[in-house]
Amino acid sequence: MSDTILEIDHLTAGYETKMGDVLAVNDVSFDLKKGELIGIAGESGCGKSTLAYSIMNLLEDNGKIYSGEIRFSGKNMVDLSDKQIKNFRWKNMSMVFQSAMNALNPVMKISEQLIDALKAHEKKISDKEARKRAKEMLKLVDIQIDRLDAYPHQLSGGMKQRVMIAMAMILNPDLMIMDEPTTALDVVVQRNIIEKVEELRHEFNFSIIFITHDLSLLVEISDKLAIMYAGKILEIGPADRIYLNPLQPYTEGLMNSFPPLTGELEEMSGIAGKPPDLLNPPQGCPFYPRCDKRMDICQKTMPEFKEIEENHKVRCHLYTGGNNNE
Amino acid sequence: MIKDMLKLFISNKKALTGVIILIFFLTIAIFAPIIAPYGPKQSRDESGKFELRAEPSLKHPLGTSHAGYDLFSRLIYGTRLSLGVGISTGIITTFIALTLGLFSGYYGGVIDEIISFINNIFLVIPSLPLVIVVASYITIKGVLPIILVLSLTGWAWGTRVIRSQVLSVREREFVKVAEVLGEKPLIIVFREIFPNIISLVMATFFTSTIAAVIGEATLEFIGLGNLSTVTWGTMLYWAQNNAALLYNAWWWFLPPGLFIGLLGTSFALMNFAIDEISNPKIRKR
Amino acid sequence: MKYFLRRILWLIFAIFVALTINFILPRLMPGDPATILIQRLEGLEPSAIEAVRTAFGLETDKNIVIQYWDYLVNLAHGDLGISISHYPTPVWDVLKKALPWTIGLMGLSTIFSFVIGTFIGIGIAWKRKSKISDAILGLFLFIRSFPYFWFGLILVYFLAFNNPFFPLGGAHSTRLMPADGWAYFKSVLYHGFLPGLTITISSMGYWILTIRNNMINVLAEDYITVAKAKGLSASRIRNLYAAKNAILPSISGFAMALGFVIGGSLLTEMVFSYPGVGFMLFQAVQQQDYPLLQAIFLFIILGVLFSNFIADIVIMLLDPRVRDGGSR
Repeated sequence: MSDTILEIDHLTAGYETKMGDVLAVNDVSFDLKKGELIGIAGESGCGKSTLAYSIMNLLEDNGKIYSGEIRFSGKNMVDLSDKQIKNFRWKNMSMVFQSAMNALNPVMKISEQLIDALKAHEKKISDKEARKRAKEMLKLVDIQIDRLDAYPHQLSGGMKQRVMIAMAMILNPDLMIMDEPTTALDVVVQRNIIEKVEELRHEFNFSIIFITHDLSLLVEISDKLAIMYAGKILEIGPADRIYLNPLQPYTEGLMNSFPPLTGELEEMSGIAGKPPDLLNPPQGCPFYPRCDKRMDICQKTMPEFKEIEENHKVRCHLYTGGNNNE
Repeated sequence: MIKDMLKLFISNKKALTGVIILIFFLTIAIFAPIIAPYGPKQSRDESGKFELRAEPSLKHPLGTSHAGYDLFSRLIYGTRLSLGVGISTGIITTFIALTLGLFSGYYGGVIDEIISFINNIFLVIPSLPLVIVVASYITIKGVLPIILVLSLTGWAWGTRVIRSQVLSVREREFVKVAEVLGEKPLIIVFREIFPNIISLVMATFFTSTIAAVIGEATLEFIGLGNLSTVTWGTMLYWAQNNAALLYNAWWWFLPPGLFIGLLGTSFALMNFAIDEISNPKIRKR
Repeated sequence: MKYFLRRILWLIFAIFVALTINFILPRLMPGDPATILIQRLEGLEPSAIEAVRTAFGLETDKNIVIQYWDYLVNLAHGDLGISISHYPTPVWDVLKKALPWTIGLMGLSTIFSFVIGTFIGIGIAWKRKSKISDAILGLFLFIRSFPYFWFGLILVYFLAFNNPFFPLGGAHSTRLMPADGWAYFKSVLYHGFLPGLTITISSMGYWILTIRNNMINVLAEDYITVAKAKGLSASRIRNLYAAKNAILPSISGFAMALGFVIGGSLLTEMVFSYPGVGFMLFQAVQQQDYPLLQAIFLFIILGVLFSNFIADIVIMLLDPRVRDGGSR
């Protein structure tokens, strides 16, 4: 499809340690169209950040992509050379990092940090032109232009995050990955930033991969939603369908973990137990030990994706017609 | 937790090398009378007086000194005091730094102000002149004064470092919890804070010890120590003052210095390993 | 601005405290300097003895406060008294000759070792995985374990004695004078090479280790990952993102090291027979030359205070957070 901007095809990535390979991303696949926002939800440690870093090819040290393809506009990125990736990145896809606290260089003015991203990719651009662009970006994210030469410590948390967004947008990428961009901020600031991001997305039509553990937020803003657990995607589909009709017991559990701000105060249930050890991933469904609808077969084999409604797929033996030994 | 740390320590190549070297020196020190062919102040044996300033030979592997002492034996025996003074000073200095750092960092207030003030003064004064001045005060001869002088001038850096660490540990949650629960300050200090600064204390110990070994050698070298003893430092003093160079006698000063360096490397390795173990960012997976 | 003013006030206060301590210190030391000197110049008449006492500011019958005041007044006039060990030369003249050698040799060596060491340290932290980095690190850890005067001995032995590439000692050829111009200057460089090399090599290890540790901490920060993601050149990331952050503590360390220059040169000067302040200090202690001792200590303390002050100013210039009044 010509408007599919990103295809993740059976991607497996993780970290090599002395004790073995930790598969933080285990056979993950999904598509993203131009202008679409896919939310990736899951508990801490489920591999969300590793996924983001893999797509951006920012895995360091002992991190590596074991298998699978990442196709951006049809081109597989996994095999690109370092130099090619350096040129490609940020211009076509950029990232807003978790906690802008440490994502900005403390001893550099933010104007310099915005401009050097520009100059690294548009080598011929003049200083004046670059500065003008930086000002435009600040205006876009609602930061006063007189802050252009400020240092990071002179900005509030919300402003810093907005600078990060401006920095990610400065080369007009087609895809932006946002890794827990608002987790460290208070709800009011969070709301402002999310609204601003949505506004920009609709104006400039870029796609977003939005990663967070805050499912209630994702339900509001995502077009598509993917539920990730122990490195695997367990359910994926249109956001409203997943909200109204959660298929996987884990998804159901997640939905029940958030109290609604309005409406009746229902009984809240969390999900007992802890996520599995990614060093030795289990044979079957990773949610098995914590699932209250589990069956014997769930422990033995990993269920395949089954499309239950249009575009709404789930990996769960409840739907694959497996042995019902209840 | 300590068992885990020990296991990690031993499996680290650097630490292992350091420990092996240290054991080497400890063995020499302990078994000196067996290893050394002659006594440290022996200038004759059955076949007569030793040749003065002899070159290395089978009989005297490192030659003899200006006064006819066998240098190989002196090197062996010297290990005892050099190691002994170094380690004792290291222990004392670390103890002082730990105590002052802990109390200054945890209690804060007036105690902290006083201790920090004195600490800063000692930090600002260059150590060598301080050592010289303090040493010139001391008129008693012996090894104890040297240990005292070195400890007195060496506690400053460790105290400051430990104090900083205590300050940051103090702000961590589990300490606050203990305080809220009403635990007595002394118990908090030893049970909550101390285990978290152990690696720093070890690092302080290693740094202080090697500083003391070099410090002792330096004091002896400039003649302010106790020249009647046999240490690596006194060997260097005699080498310099008897114009080893003029006699082309590299064996006078090369071995003692080499030993100091080797011991120092051992401590540096162990120190490095502790850094790697306790700071995950430095660790290579 | 406030930061700067605070620093200046602190400096003035500290200088004053230093002067006072300097006044008290020799009076605390054992032995009565006047008596020692007088024993040396035996057979003097009482009036002469009194004159000597006065010359040294040691009139023990005068009120201590008056002594203190005289001391300050003399200091303001640049009168540091008369040296006992170099009697009758005034202290200032003694120091005048020795200071340039020490400051020159130690100062330059410290600067070299800092600059070279920091460069090396940045490099090996940046390329952590390479075997060369490990080798360099290992080499300097090893070098640092040796007493640096021993290095001096080795260098003298191999490069000056066995193979006379370099002179055995002294600050310059005894046959030359400053008036000889270029020849004299060359001789100074020639004589200063070995001691300078000793100090430079043995101190480099500290700078290398300090900046390396800091770089490693900084390189683990998120803004480095962001810089890489932005596609910036490796040198830009290494210099402006990593090193610029990592170097701040090294700079304070460097300024303090400069302050220690005057006090720490003793051993090198002994091994290389270099006529500097360190050696003079040693002699002063041995001969209980209090005026000289006092003056040297004064310079040491002043040196340390000033260099700390300069360090604070440099940090202020480099770290925007400090400029805005935050403390580090």
